[in-house]
Amino acid sequence: MANILVFTESTNQHVKSVTLEILGKLNGQTTDVIHIGDLSEESIQELAKHGAQNIHILKNDQLNNYSPEGYANALSNFIKANSYDYVFGGATSAGKDFFPRLAGMFDAGMASEVVNFLFENDEFHGTRPLFAGKCLAKVKIQGPKPHFVTVRPNALGLPESPEAGSGNKNEVAADSGSIRATIKEIIKGASEKLDLTEANIIVSGGRAMKNAENFKILEELADVLGATVGASRAAVDSGYAPHAMQVGQTGKTVSPSLYIACGISGAIQHLAGMRTSKVIVAINTDPDAPIFTKADYGIVGDLFQIVPILKEELKLLLK
Amino acid sequence: MNIFVCVKQVPDTETKVIPTGDGSYIETSSVKWIMNPYDEFAVEQALLLKASNPGSTVTVVRVGGVKDTEALRTAMAMGADEAILVESIDNLDSYMIAKSIKGAIEKSGKTADLILAGKQAIDDDCLQVPQLLAQMLDLPSVSIAVGFEANGNDIVAKREIEGGAIEVYNLSTPCLVACNKGLNTPRYASLPGIMKAKRKPLTQLSLSDVGVSDDDRRVVYSDFQLPPEKPAGKKFEATDEAKQPEIVKEVVQLLRNEAKVI
Repeated sequence: MANILVFTESTNQHVKSVTLEILGKLNGQTTDVIHIGDLSEESIQELAKHGAQNIHILKNDQLNNYSPEGYANALSNFIKANSYDYVFGGATSAGKDFFPRLAGMFDAGMASEVVNFLFENDEFHGTRPLFAGKCLAKVKIQGPKPHFVTVRPNALGLPESPEAGSGNKNEVAADSGSIRATIKEIIKGASEKLDLTEANIIVSGGRAMKNAENFKILEELADVLGATVGASRAAVDSGYAPHAMQVGQTGKTVSPSLYIACGISGAIQHLAGMRTSKVIVAINTDPDAPIFTKADYGIVGDLFQIVPILKEELKLLLK
Repeated sequence: MNIFVCVKQVPDTETKVIPTGDGSYIETSSVKWIMNPYDEFAVEQALLLKASNPGSTVTVVRVGGVKDTEALRTAMAMGADEAILVESIDNLDSYMIAKSIKGAIEKSGKTADLILAGKQAIDDDCLQVPQLLAQMLDLPSVSIAVGFEANGNDIVAKREIEGGAIEVYNLSTPCLVACNKGLNTPRYASLPGIMKAKRKPLTQLSLSDVGVSDDDRRVVYSDFQLPPEKPAGKKFEATDEAKQPEIVKEVVQLLRNEAKVI
């Protein structure tokens, strides 16, 4: 069995669900979890239920705010004092940022944003998309250990019946090393909703939205569904939506369980960023729009007529 | 101030990706190469900084194939002073690329005060090289930057995180900042700029010149393949207003009972 450490983050007392996806997939290996800062009792139980053996909690006041150097130093010092073959994390804002730095501290290799993996003879075999999902390739890591892997949220799915681990809680004083880039302020985003990359449902608008104001009808639909709103590059470049909302090759690659594309024609670079969505609904006036080739359910019609009806219909169903 | 900008040359976003017959990579013979879109923001930021700090130099560094040097020529046509090209195949892994850039910077004889890069390359989408390079050079770094202000040696950089929230970082040079869309508006290369770029120095190095060998490979790819095609979906004609409620109702029922996603 491989010895594996999984880095987890928590928001509002809950561990990010990508951690549970990773733990589920790692059932059968010896898996510890590491978290920086306090972790709720609820989270500890949830991690144990999904297979965590030891749950290490690193404590250091310097790390109350995220810091790429601080997080990498703290984890590297912990990993050096223990022995792991692999270190996993979610491909979240923090994971994407500090995992490469951490891997560099060990001169070790890292596979970014894998969407699937398995272990064969204790060796990692992953699959990851390249060219924003226009193709997939198998990926292996070689050279000094530990090897590092980040996993795309929503790609593995939650395990149905995970094997529980012992879930021993272990608090450790962390060594954050020197931190030269410090956060002086965090400016909240416009939305408290889940990020596009983590969202389970996305409602997205394209050039046919005509202006920024019209995105309100997508927001209303999203509120009914508990969804996050996205946009195509055409909508972003026209100034209808900020770049943080852009889905596609020069925006975010997403894989929600439901993607509703409204007034999006389906340029190749947009399709690349959302084609791994489990179910795609497209609403467009042009029956020949490329988006319909990827849609499970296509509605040829005017989004300004269809979206309000859809919202009311879903309201009835989901209330 | 010595500013280095890392650029990568990648297939245009409109490229239809076709895996090679043996699955070792993708067909590149008919690819149109462009500068990685995120790197344009890095080049622009370097040029803005140079304009407000007279005497600064902007050196662009690229690791990759030499059939086409479009990315470096574009950067110099935009206004970069010189370029370094480390010749290699186009699919090195992130570790080899970062180590090559480190070697190239050291070989240039200049001390890097600031290194700028795009937040990620849109070919392998690894998002590793900037942070890895910062670690190799023992520099602080900010990734996914959507804001950048320099005041002497002091830098304020804004990093975009989940949900469009922003972390505001204070750091000092020397440091590395990886740039995202929204940071600035990259300029187009002017015709005189393009003419001038032809005479700007382009130093060519080999991987062994920068101390990189096959032993440095950390990540091995195989079986490049197209994602599985979805079976054709169901399409509903709903341009007739009278039929819309019924059709929407049907789609909602399908989402619940067939697709089971709501």
